[in-house]
Amino acid sequence: MRRLPPRTTALVAIVLVVALGVGGYVWWAVRNHRSAASAAPSVASTSLDPVLAGPHILFRNTLPGSQYGLVAAVPLDDPTGPRAFTDVACDRLYHAGAYTSCLRTVRGVATTFEADLLDSSWKPVQTWPLPGIPSRTRLSDDGTLVATTAFVTGHSYAQVGFSTETKIHGTDGTDLGDLEQWTFLVDGAPFTAADRNFWGVSFIDDDDFYVSAASQSAGKTWIATGKISTRTISTLREGGECPSVSPDRSKVAYKKVQRVQDGQKVWAYAVLDVPTDTETLYPVTEGCDDQIEWLDDSTILYGMPRSDQPGTTDVWSVDITTPGAKPRLFLEGAWSPSVVRSGS
Amino acid sequence: MSSTTQDDPAPSAAQDPEHCTRPTTTGTHRLPPADGRTIEEIRAQRAARNARVSSTVITLGVVSLLTDISSESVAAVLPLYLTTALGMTTLAYGFVDGLMQGASALVRIAGGWAADRGDHPKWVAFVGYGLSALTRAGLLLTTGFVAITSLVAIDRVGKGMRTSPRDAMIAASSNPTNLGRSFGVHRMLDTVGAAVGPLLAFVVLWLLPDGYHTVFVISFGCAVIGLAVLGLMVPDLRPRQASWLSTHQTRAERKLPSCKGCTCSDGAVPTLTERPFSWRFLTEPALRRVLVVAGVLALLTVGDGFVYLSLQARDGFATTWFPLLYVGTNIAYMLLAIPVGRLADKVGRAKVFVWSHAMLAGAYACAAVGGASASTTIAALVLLGAFYAGTDGVLAAVVGQRTAPAVRASAIGTAQTVVAVARMGASSAFGVLWYTLGRQPAIVCVALALAVALPLCWVVLRGIDRPVTPTPGSDEVAPVR
Repeated sequence: MRRLPPRTTALVAIVLVVALGVGGYVWWAVRNHRSAASAAPSVASTSLDPVLAGPHILFRNTLPGSQYGLVAAVPLDDPTGPRAFTDVACDRLYHAGAYTSCLRTVRGVATTFEADLLDSSWKPVQTWPLPGIPSRTRLSDDGTLVATTAFVTGHSYAQVGFSTETKIHGTDGTDLGDLEQWTFLVDGAPFTAADRNFWGVSFIDDDDFYVSAASQSAGKTWIATGKISTRTISTLREGGECPSVSPDRSKVAYKKVQRVQDGQKVWAYAVLDVPTDTETLYPVTEGCDDQIEWLDDSTILYGMPRSDQPGTTDVWSVDITTPGAKPRLFLEGAWSPSVVRSGS
Repeated sequence: MSSTTQDDPAPSAAQDPEHCTRPTTTGTHRLPPADGRTIEEIRAQRAARNARVSSTVITLGVVSLLTDISSESVAAVLPLYLTTALGMTTLAYGFVDGLMQGASALVRIAGGWAADRGDHPKWVAFVGYGLSALTRAGLLLTTGFVAITSLVAIDRVGKGMRTSPRDAMIAASSNPTNLGRSFGVHRMLDTVGAAVGPLLAFVVLWLLPDGYHTVFVISFGCAVIGLAVLGLMVPDLRPRQASWLSTHQTRAERKLPSCKGCTCSDGAVPTLTERPFSWRFLTEPALRRVLVVAGVLALLTVGDGFVYLSLQARDGFATTWFPLLYVGTNIAYMLLAIPVGRLADKVGRAKVFVWSHAMLAGAYACAAVGGASASTTIAALVLLGAFYAGTDGVLAAVVGQRTAPAVRASAIGTAQTVVAVARMGASSAFGVLWYTLGRQPAIVCVALALAVALPLCWVVLRGIDRPVTPTPGSDEVAPVR
């Protein structure tokens, strides 16, 4: 047999070393993943139905292990207690009425994203495609309306800039369309630029909702109110994103840009008292980037990623009625909390 | 693999000192014909057009394939990684990415200049590929936003740096008559990588839901192998030296001792060039025409993102597959690269380059006025793929055929920079149009502007394709004295 030229030999050697190294890493990663999946649950678990029967909190579990990414529930009066797991995986979720809205990544050779509307047996009754990574979802209190926000992602999205798509559907299947097509009033006057972006809906009732609005050309973001019957969105306040209305409808919490560090916006939460139109800022929440969920009329919940553990997040709570209150760790390894005040 | 070590005869002959004493007669027939082609020459040219593509081109294609698997697999999962795993918003990432595309465009000229100046395009490309490979390793070590965006920036710089030296090497190692096909073969292999990369990454994430680091490790491995193939298997082409040797065929011209038995060492291939690198090639009227036309057409190329968005606004099929529409474009590009390259060799490269923009206008038409159906979306993707097949490699071939080897990398780099900068300008200008007029009217506007510009551009470029004119200042066709 002819001897291989030295360069070819060197290449073969390099390819072998790299293939062994990469193969070894993949083998190690798969084994780790398998052992994590087959390992005992990292948290005490309990059966689902009793938890769902009473007031509870639904969330995405982000503790490493076999239940990573699954929707879990804990009783409202014992959030650190044993978790009850469903077999549904969601990136963002919300529950109201008889439905759970679940935004998820459909993994596969071609990864896509979709919004599923799940009934009380966790089976999808409606499915809508999403144009990119899931961002926010909310249902109206009686479960007749569902809002979804997703990033518009794809290879070339950078050319187009930051973009989100927010849609409202009736849970009966009616399509109320893309909010970008609705009439948009800024301080009462029609906004003419087609450059508009809406995200983070929070329903007040089955006609009115809060939403964040932005225009790159105007360089502004607003907290706005929308009206489904007239298909109109009107700005309420400049500044602020991702509004969330309190259970008694007297307050709206949202995130506000505090400063820009290394090209990244740094947000903190603010709460607007609607009757008096006074805004209170909570600088202790700095670094947040989530749509708030209200535990009750005086406590807000929000998710934060762990800086040292990619993929794991925690839900924190802040008492907004006590001045100087610090955030408390509310749910470890959790994301996208949804408080269900009356059980099924 | 062993066949890739045998590079084409001309450049390696130039490298090998033993060939200095070779009689000139064997060298002459390899020169392309000067004026007035005979039937034999035309026949020979036709045969050459169908001849095998140089193994160097294939090897460079394999390098690009591996590197594209590496970079596209990371690019596909990076937004997901930043948002889901690291909990960042994609907003700032998009901004930085856009900025870096600009930096990459400018580095292309620098890469071309460095390749021509040193007459070692391979090693300039090697540094570019190496930089990108390093960023893959970096992704494994860092989770900070600034660090990750810096890595994206370095990757872009590496990409900008390697492109024009690599294209100059393709031009240098290809037969001028099948240059279009050579670029087609390279771009096909390159795009295979671009289509495989994202799918590979998604399969990994499918099996390992938080397997971002596994994607980065595989990506790093592909980059290292690509770098090794480039370093070990691609000959160190010296285009300037090779062209000098081909125009200085006699020992006297080469200022070597005249005795045949003398070894080369005492004359030792002296300076090997009379003309050092100079930017004066930019004053050549034909090249200027190409640059102007490429720039004007690029100003009417608004970015695939807008086409995808516009399709997505009306069609459920496009919404479901929105994050993957670019993979569809890449698959079309991959399938069409070689046939379109062949067509370019046959009917004229500048012709194909200009008229490929009609495909782009067609894609705009699909996006703007087509019915909301899956077939419109697929038609738009195929047209976009055809547009890339007829422009990307073909432009490099047009410029490559018009310029002397000594300045080829710089010329290709200049053309690519002109196109990249004009396209970026077009995208931002179109963004404004899109926001003020609305989606549909804005796209219709650009499609109409393209339809008007196309015939004008064709008139400007007519005649560029005539392969052997005495003027073009190409050292290859300069008569042997």
